[in-house]
Amino acid sequence: MANIIGMIGTSHIPAIGRAMDQGLEETPYWVDFFDGYKPMRSWLQQEQPDIAVLFYNDHGLSMFLDKKPTFAIGCAPSYENADEGWGIQPIPPLTGETELSWHIVNHLIENDFDPTVCQDIKVDHGATVPMSVLYPGKAYKGVKVIPISINCERHPMPKPARSYAFGKAIGDAIRSWNSDQKVVILGTGGLSHQLDGERAGYLNTDFDRDCMDKLITDPAALCQYTNDDLTRIGGAQGVELAMWLAARACINVPVKEIERRLVAPISNTSAGLQLLVPA
Amino acid sequence: MSNSMPEGTYKFDGEMATLGFNLNRMCFTFNESASRQAFKDDEAAYCDKFGLNEVQKKAILERDIIALLRNGGSIYYLAKFAGVLGLSVQDLGGIMTGQTTAEFQAYLDSQQVGKPNG
Repeated sequence: MANIIGMIGTSHIPAIGRAMDQGLEETPYWVDFFDGYKPMRSWLQQEQPDIAVLFYNDHGLSMFLDKKPTFAIGCAPSYENADEGWGIQPIPPLTGETELSWHIVNHLIENDFDPTVCQDIKVDHGATVPMSVLYPGKAYKGVKVIPISINCERHPMPKPARSYAFGKAIGDAIRSWNSDQKVVILGTGGLSHQLDGERAGYLNTDFDRDCMDKLITDPAALCQYTNDDLTRIGGAQGVELAMWLAARACINVPVKEIERRLVAPISNTSAGLQLLVPA
Repeated sequence: MSNSMPEGTYKFDGEMATLGFNLNRMCFTFNESASRQAFKDDEAAYCDKFGLNEVQKKAILERDIIALLRNGGSIYYLAKFAGVLGLSVQDLGGIMTGQTTAEFQAYLDSQQVGKPNG
């Protein structure tokens, strides 16, 4: 049975990729944020996970509104990325893990989740930024990636409780896979922020702190919120908490926190970083 | 459950997505540099090619981001429009809130946490 070694929650905003491209990590604006990655990178180097199951949301690269999945899972041998229209440099493709992808799909459908299955899909900054920042120098060749996307753009979106249950089923699937490989779960996006409207720039770091606490002690409590609640409390893009919830739900045991950062503002967001491992 | 949104928030739901489909489809093409160039070469013609209504077209030509949101624009694709214009998300925030970019940045900075070295 495959072993889930922990969960990393991380922001995925394009500005992080640009800051790395431009060598800004040690500048006053960025230094406290990037410092948070150092223990995570060390942990990854020490643990050497074989596979990263990565929850993200597509922001209009592969999944336009014409055919936009609510939940989708990559089942491809590799994942390219591309120009998204604002000048982040594409990075070398991510390597896939088709056997586990299909195992997860089979398990999900047997357990009443029906995701869109993607055999050829480009991933956007939601996936490339976390991989770039966790494996500096694009040194992610040794880890296979399974991208799983959750619609965070157009309402109706999956309820937070549903994303949590979806993550729980994926965790069960990974644990039932006959393999001794080590799997790390990445929950990306967030935390509180609002990009659009006259309310743009709204953050709620108190709520973010509370969410990060709850992810340790009582993640199911976060399922009480609707997406409208999250919009009100955490901003219109605060709904990206869905990916952190799904990631946390993959681990079905109590966890302990190895590292946490909450840094704001990072671009227009409150940026969270959290490493949780089975207690 | 209340569906009311905070002031200054435009919920992108089925109704808005229907209204904004052509607008968003146009901005989706800005993933490609050739499309960005075609837009820059003749903005009005590019809007017409995608069937934007007159309100949406006017809002594009006038960089009226709030009007675009009110007429079905999704921020994911409007961000790509901003990219064509060379605007950052802070510039965009300033435009939408009626502030300069520096004022908008100051608002973000007023919510600062976790930056002892910043």
